[in-house]
Amino acid sequence: MNPLKYKGMKPMRKTMSRITSVFLLLLSLSPANAEPLIYGFQAEQLEVRSRDGEDAFVWDFDALAGTDELKFVWRSEGELGLSSDSLEGLENQLRLQMPISTFFDAVVGVQASTPDGAPDRYNGVLGLKGLAPQWFEIDADLYLSDNSFFRFEAEYEALLTNRLIFVPSIEVTVPLADDRALNQGAGGATFEIGARLSYDVIDRTFSPYVGVNYEKSLGDTEDMLRAAGEDTDEFSIVFGTRMLF
Amino acid sequence: MNIRLNFRAGLIGLVLGVSGALSANAGTYEISVDRIKLNTGQFKRAGIGYNKSQTPTVLRFKEGENVTIRVTNNLREDTSIHWHGLILPFDQDGVPDISYPGIKPGETFTHNFPIVQAGTYWFHSHSGFQEPDGAYGAIVIEPKGGEKVRANRDYVVQFTDTHRHQGKRIMRNLKMSSDYYNRSQRTLEDLVRDSRNTSFKKALENRAMWGRMRMMPTDIEDIQGFAPMINGKGTGQNWTGLFKPGEKIRLRLINSSAMTYFDVRIPGLKMTVVQADGNDVKPVTVDELRIAVAETYDVIVQPRKNKAYSIIGESMGRTAMVRGTLAPKQGMVGPLYKMRPKPLLTMADMSGMMGGMDHSGMSMEGMDHSGMSMEGMDHSDMQMVSQNNSGMQMEGMDHSNMQMEGMDHSNMQMEGMDHSNMQMEGMDHSQHQMKTPSKKKQPSKKASPQQSFYAPGSGLTPTAANGGKFLSYNDLRARKPLYRDRKATRTIELRLTGNMERYIWSINGVKMKDAEPIRLRHGERVRFKFVNETMMAHPMHLHGMWSILDTGKGKWDPIKHVINVNPGTTVYSETEVDATGQWAFHCHLSYHADAGMFRKVVIEGGPS
Repeated sequence: MNPLKYKGMKPMRKTMSRITSVFLLLLSLSPANAEPLIYGFQAEQLEVRSRDGEDAFVWDFDALAGTDELKFVWRSEGELGLSSDSLEGLENQLRLQMPISTFFDAVVGVQASTPDGAPDRYNGVLGLKGLAPQWFEIDADLYLSDNSFFRFEAEYEALLTNRLIFVPSIEVTVPLADDRALNQGAGGATFEIGARLSYDVIDRTFSPYVGVNYEKSLGDTEDMLRAAGEDTDEFSIVFGTRMLF
Repeated sequence: MNIRLNFRAGLIGLVLGVSGALSANAGTYEISVDRIKLNTGQFKRAGIGYNKSQTPTVLRFKEGENVTIRVTNNLREDTSIHWHGLILPFDQDGVPDISYPGIKPGETFTHNFPIVQAGTYWFHSHSGFQEPDGAYGAIVIEPKGGEKVRANRDYVVQFTDTHRHQGKRIMRNLKMSSDYYNRSQRTLEDLVRDSRNTSFKKALENRAMWGRMRMMPTDIEDIQGFAPMINGKGTGQNWTGLFKPGEKIRLRLINSSAMTYFDVRIPGLKMTVVQADGNDVKPVTVDELRIAVAETYDVIVQPRKNKAYSIIGESMGRTAMVRGTLAPKQGMVGPLYKMRPKPLLTMADMSGMMGGMDHSGMSMEGMDHSGMSMEGMDHSDMQMVSQNNSGMQMEGMDHSNMQMEGMDHSNMQMEGMDHSNMQMEGMDHSQHQMKTPSKKKQPSKKASPQQSFYAPGSGLTPTAANGGKFLSYNDLRARKPLYRDRKATRTIELRLTGNMERYIWSINGVKMKDAEPIRLRHGERVRFKFVNETMMAHPMHLHGMWSILDTGKGKWDPIKHVINVNPGTTVYSETEVDATGQWAFHCHLSYHADAGMFRKVVIEGGPS
């Protein structure tokens, strides 16, 4: 599946190419004795979610390139229904990430949400990414448009052994304005809580896991979903792998 | 090995006539830089070898000789060779972009320089990560008039840490995740054990303290999972040096590792250290020594029994160990030993970070800085050892309140106050009363201005496996001073800085790529003040000129080319600026140097 082939990607492609050219310009401005390019791929979730309704394939990854001072990140998150073959969710972001403190980066970027069967949404992104005290990996992003929302993600790696790792995570999405077409009510938060047990099979490149994931919408969002006849909570057993290379 | 000594005696008249030098000979040496297959016994991988071999090439020179070294690059990328520790014209030093442009694929570069010193040195590529990938060898220079300390046999013992990953990949992985190679992190199991040793509350508090700082007490070796080797051979491949019982053997220990410090011992034998970094020192007999990356030590051993002895190199973080053998017969194998427990860093090792670190974004609240009170610290893993007394005020200590459970007193030499043998594990420090007048007055060691080379209470302070003597920088005393002892013209402070989480390493907070060169004036004597504000040890290497390590012995201070600076310590060295041109100055941990803990040094003035 190539997410770039899906409808509604044209404006995004344009934005993407614009950002790419800015990025390449920035790179070319760096001095001749510049350090080698840092690049890599990190997937926190590449998994099958098995649940009462339709099973789905879910991904959440960052592909990045840059330097200590400036990184260019393509972040993609999505959910593909395995029997309907339809994209329940598809978000692509192009993010520029630069250090603002010892442990935190500032993020600016653009986001395109282009799932099947729902209107496309485009947002500017302003955020923070980094490591909070006690080793919590934090993402806090403000998505700005007519349908603004705020999203907070935290993840913790608890080492049972040096390879067997328990990863609890939480993601909270809070709509800042009503988006009736997407059943999002202002202030009505959607929580996603996960717990995954992974094992580093090959270095940190390939770390398969099993786990559970629970999603629950509250407030106006919950009411809108219910009115539309959709689930307001969902429990899944997940199988997948983390990747880093 | 491919080294040919051509026309050693030939052309002498010509050379003499042209150069006017008193040099008695001139040798030509060939080195090819080749893509080879490395086999560590644990794994095979593509790597680099000199003269098509995994066994490091040994160049044997004579003091006073003029050498011509032809380096042929058979790689598909640029290469270079740096002659580590040699005093030579800067354009011969082999550092790309500083000494010369480097050597292009398929090209041969001819080095030509006089050998003006004697001793054990080494050489390695200064391009990219070719050195960790295998591009290193040894240099042995015979002094004019022969060795001061005679030995029946003479072996190079060159350590390295070959990793299954290519250097470039290691660096990228570290940038993606700085703990990528740390497989010694504290786990649930450790929490359970620590809870049992202290209490669950204390163990949690300790975790919370490190967690607040987002630091790891296990952060001793950035790169783990390597195969340690001696002379290109892993433990199973068993490098062997032969001897006849009773013979004196000179072992030229060289640490050519990319990242790993080794604690070296030969169980059953004393080692008499006669040389450090190529310069003779007053002989000092030890049971064990720690060799920082890029250092060399020459030791004399005298095995008397007709049996195999093991040369044991244990990595400082105790994640790997290599065994070589000294044996009366080929095929004999020295015994293996169990690796000692992994050390943990302590608050003492963190102390440098408190001072100069960029505190922005770092929440320090809850951490008690006052007098480094070590609340919540896990003392059970602490090896409270003071290398000498100067770092620790032991005189006024009331020992009666000390609970020394599990402490082995048998190795304690109270007379000379040599605390290097004290392992205070399991000690309850809460009862330390440092200010109470002592009941049993301890005789204090003769007042010495020496500084301690480990932070007092450092988790890295080594102890000898047999409880005996562990070499300290304080034990090094130059046999013959190279320079008149004089006051330094000025002091240059070099704060060793970094951001472990981002894997950025720097000097004074600035990476190489953003830094101005350090400018020195020809003829001056400059004093370097190294302040380690990170929690890792850094072996600092100045090219082209000697670093006289300040151990408080004045003109007898040892003359080195690598100055190891442990976490939380400040170390001084002085350099007589007697070279011209431009030179490299950097941390010799490959990935730290590459990440930016590197400076160009430019010498102003002097003969052109």
